[in-house]
Amino acid sequence: MLIRRPPDIKESEVTDEGLYISRRRFIRSAATAGVGIGLVATASPLLSCGSDRTAIADDSMGEASQDDELTPYEDVTTYNNFYEFGTGKGDPAKNAHTLRTRPWTVSVEGECGKPGVYDIEDILRRYPAEERIYRLRCVEAWSMVIPWMGFALGDFIKDLEPTSRAKYVEFKTLHDVEQMPGQRRGVLDWPYVEGLRMDEAVHPLTLFAVGLYGKVLPNQNGAPIRLVVPWKYGFKSIKSIVGMRFVSEMPMTTWAVTAPSEYGFYANVNPDVDHPRWSQARERRLGELRRRATLPFNGYAEQVGSLYSGMDLRRYF
Amino acid sequence: MTKKSYQAGVRLSAFALALVPLAQTVVDAFTGGLGANPIEEITHRSGWWALAFLMLTLAVTPIRQITGIGWLIRLRRMLGLFAFFYASLHFAIYLGLDQFFAFDYILEDIAERPYITVGFAALLILIPLAVTSTKRMVKRLGGRRWSRLHKLVYLAAALGVLHFLWLVKADLREPAVFAAILTVLLGYRFIVDLRRRVRVRRKKSRSSAGPLEPATPASHR
Repeated sequence: MLIRRPPDIKESEVTDEGLYISRRRFIRSAATAGVGIGLVATASPLLSCGSDRTAIADDSMGEASQDDELTPYEDVTTYNNFYEFGTGKGDPAKNAHTLRTRPWTVSVEGECGKPGVYDIEDILRRYPAEERIYRLRCVEAWSMVIPWMGFALGDFIKDLEPTSRAKYVEFKTLHDVEQMPGQRRGVLDWPYVEGLRMDEAVHPLTLFAVGLYGKVLPNQNGAPIRLVVPWKYGFKSIKSIVGMRFVSEMPMTTWAVTAPSEYGFYANVNPDVDHPRWSQARERRLGELRRRATLPFNGYAEQVGSLYSGMDLRRYF
Repeated sequence: MTKKSYQAGVRLSAFALALVPLAQTVVDAFTGGLGANPIEEITHRSGWWALAFLMLTLAVTPIRQITGIGWLIRLRRMLGLFAFFYASLHFAIYLGLDQFFAFDYILEDIAERPYITVGFAALLILIPLAVTSTKRMVKRLGGRRWSRLHKLVYLAAALGVLHFLWLVKADLREPAVFAAILTVLLGYRFIVDLRRRVRVRRKKSRSSAGPLEPATPASHR
């Protein structure tokens, strides 16, 4: 397995980024050409250290996949919103070296049959990482395309046996001013808290990510384990998770508490509902000069739109 | 060195220094120093420098009055024009690079996003000030009218700081520093003005206390 023991991976074993991208392009064009899943499956052992790739990643790209060039590794890892390490985009890459990602545990509480403290090593062993290429749309109207490594959160949740009273899952980031110097300032209410409705949490697109570009997740991207919910604004995808709680009431999430008129619990990407301070109709894909149109649910409407049928998305923004 | 050439030297160095942010940005643009989102970076930088030069411009009068270095006034126009220069650059980047001249979106931004509304207003206010910054315009308008017009710079600076404050999501530190500086600069003027008014009133009341006059004029019965 690729992710489990980072020190064991030699630099030479990691797929070169240029090669990696060209392989991705090859797969994508092959898939479009109709060779499809069969080839992806046979090609997969070749691609990188036996990581388990599934076709879901490519399918989920939908029709937009031709458009979605991967954002370079350099940009993905130096342009981050992670206020625990400072509020500048470049601050996390500079400051996140103080984060210790081992030992690391995720505590599970609340309405479930298997509460307890889970060791990251055990989680990684039990849920092998696969690659998912997702668009990431920030509420600040910029976006990236990132090849995550991770596993479906739903698989983990199923094993935790949530009860019928579990309507929501709440997530919590580490709170430790020694490791996260940005927490010395009260910019936000620490620790960072996020939440999902149960059906959102177990949706097959919802990911617990532990790596990107076939490498271990860099600290500034939310190591060692983070949420990725590609159809929601980036702030929903909480980083460096130490706690999960199954609850019956909608959790109070950090940004919604900080500015309730600007950030909602759902935070689904929606070009028709503007943030009070900027338009959400368009976005700048990093690396592109001109803005492009933002798609409803960040282009994943086909997969997740039904979760919200009958809901007034202007009210539940 | 004569006094005159010393002052000219200071002015020339100030001019050169004022161009450093621009030069640095050009260098960064060619060496990848602008990061993953260069358009956002240069938008923020030009806006920051526009505000900084506005503050420097407003600092000239207090510094001059406190230190007694009168000739500093000769730096003021240049600093003010640099504020206008960086503000214009800021707007041009927004217009051309950020929005790609999509005027429907730009108009919507100006009308509906309060931080853009006030920022745009600040820029509009600076235009007549820049236009009337020449010696000839001072003469044409007359000193009194000219200086009354140029009091608008206080409003432009306040709107500029508000623009920054409303833009920021959670970390208010930097706009708060600008707001504090502006408060000091405007507060200084307010106090000076207040003291002057009090002095004038005292003088007036002293002079009116001169000759004794009856409260009601004597009438002949």
